[in-house]
Parts: sequence; structure tokens; C-alpha cells
Amino acid sequence: MSQKTDHHVILRVVAKPLIPIIALFAFYVQFHGDYSPGGGFQAGVIFAVAVILYALIFGISPAMRAVPPVFTRSLAAIGFLLYGGVGVWALLMGGNFLDYDALFNEPPGGHDGQHYGILLIELGVLLAVAGSMLSIFYAFAGRVTEIKDEDW
Amino acid sequence: MTGYEGADLAIALINVILLGLLFVVAIAIARMRSLFAIVMLSGIYSLISATWFVALDAVDVAFTEAAVGAGISTALLLGAMLLTSRTAKPEKKASSIVPLLAVIATGCMLVYATIDLPAFGDPESPANTYVGTDYIQRTPGDIGVPNIVTAVLASYRGFDTLGEVGVVFSAALAVILLLGFGERSLSATIGRKKKGDR
Repeated sequence: MSQKTDHHVILRVVAKPLIPIIALFAFYVQFHGDYSPGGGFQAGVIFAVAVILYALIFGISPAMRAVPPVFTRSLAAIGFLLYGGVGVWALLMGGNFLDYDALFNEPPGGHDGQHYGILLIELGVLLAVAGSMLSIFYAFAGRVTEIKDEDW
Repeated sequence: MTGYEGADLAIALINVILLGLLFVVAIAIARMRSLFAIVMLSGIYSLISATWFVALDAVDVAFTEAAVGAGISTALLLGAMLLTSRTAKPEKKASSIVPLLAVIATGCMLVYATIDLPAFGDPESPANTYVGTDYIQRTPGDIGVPNIVTAVLASYRGFDTLGEVGVVFSAALAVILLLGFGERSLSATIGRKKKGDR
């Protein structure tokens, strides 16, 4: 978008400091999910919304330069593989699929396997959801350049 | 819930106000023709229902509704709207009476069905008597995570969550297969040099 016809200057000024806060909040939701409401799904969506807000306000092609589409679709696949990988790890350690107690072969009563298992699969959920949502958004938004001024 | 006089009345008032707002927004969505306004109102609808879920003590559901319903689906509907026209076609007057009757009949059946539901917070309700209490009793010993919702979602029901992540991933895959990655049409529009990644 050309910077000469910039009627959205207030929108840009307000959104610019909000975007990092939204992204930071996503990680808070992610890593505080053991203690408070939230987890990988919500964190992934919030992180995707931060990028989408950037794309809606500053245009789709700056957003695609900042977070390239090839990166988002690899992120989605990596997240899904990470989740499945934890399950396979538990299988290799002699437990059932996704049986986190088997991850470190702990004595009964230890919670390390559960803690790290939940942490890893939540990370997988975060990557898969954020990557998928951004890929879907790019697929839609990449077909048109901008929201026209009369649409606002 | 609390020992205060009138606490029940205040909660009932909040519920009535939130449900009334939902009703008004739904009517407005049904009567509007401008797709941009409809997309924005559906985001507002999600946000109000998220608030109502908080009033019902379903914080995790409220969080998901606010993030997914008000955040991502508004943005995606906005993106979809840009691919089509900006206003819905006006519908014929005569054809609107049959859908109205169908909606009213379904609504009456749903209201009739709620008579059989257990009361809100009923300790004897099925949700609070079978596996629910089991999870609450066993989570500190089995998982050691303070948030029981996370314990159920990530550990006890890890298979289900893997399936959900698979659904999200395959949704993205399906959209990409149908619409393309979005880079090529964009680079055709702005003449950017395309990176050869396929």
C-alpha cells in the first residue's frame, strides 16, 4: 500500500505497540497453561492473530516478508510431528503411545515425565495451530492485496 | 455460591443481560445485508458468548471462544469476504415465512428439551458424578499439574488432542490444496520475484 494515502495512521499507531504484547501474551498463555486456563490451542491462535493483525493493518506482503508462508506451513507440519514424536518416544521407551510416565523410566510417583510430556505436546499444539491458522490466512489473503478504504 | 444477599439475583441479572445482548446481535446479523458489518457483528457475538461462559465458570471454554471465535474466525471471514461481493443478495419476501416457522419449531423443541437437563451446578448431575470426580481425585497423584483441564486435555485424553491437532493441520492442508499457498497470486499482483520453492 502506498504510504501517501494513509488515512489509517491512528490505527497503525495503536496497533504497533499492541502486536508485540499480543505475541507475548500468547507465550504466557502457552507456558502458564499448567496453572491457569489456556494451553497450546489458545496460544497458537493468539500468536496467529498477532501476525494477522499486522497483515490487516500494514498489508499482506510486509507480513509475508516478516513471517514467510513457507515458514508457517513447515511450522504446522513440525508441530504435528513433534506431538506424534512424543508418542513414539514413549513407545520406544517401552510404554504405550503418549504414555508420558514411560518417557524417563521413572519410579512410580515421579511426575517429570508427565511435566515434560505435557510441555512438549503443548508446544507441538502451539506450532501446529499457529502455523495452520497463518497458512489458511495467507491462502485467503494472498489472493487479494488489501482491504479497500470503502470497506472499512 | 456466595453468602451475600442478592448474589443469585445479580448473577441472574448478568445472565439475562448477556443473553439479551446475544439475542439482539443475532437479530441484527439476520437482518443485515452488508457482509463487513455481519463479520464484525459475528465477532461481537463470540465475544459476548465468551463473557457469558465466564459467568458460567467455564473459563477455558470462554478463552477458546474469545481467541477462536472473536479472533481468528473474524479475520478468516474477513479474508473470505474480500474474495466475494460486499453485500448479500436481498431475498424474496414470500420465502422467509417457512424458515421462520422452522426456526420457531426447533426453538420450542430445544426449550422443551432443557426441562430434562440437570440444574446448573447440580452435584448429582452426570457430569459431576462419574469420571469428573475421578479426574479431580486422581490428577494430583497421577499428573501433578494444578490445572485439571490441562491434565485431562494433554495427558488423560492425549489421543483426542492429537486428533484435534490433526484436524487443524488437515484443514490447513485442504485450504492450501484448494486455494494455493497465496504467494503466487500475490507476487503476480505486486510483481515480486518469486522464490523457487516448488
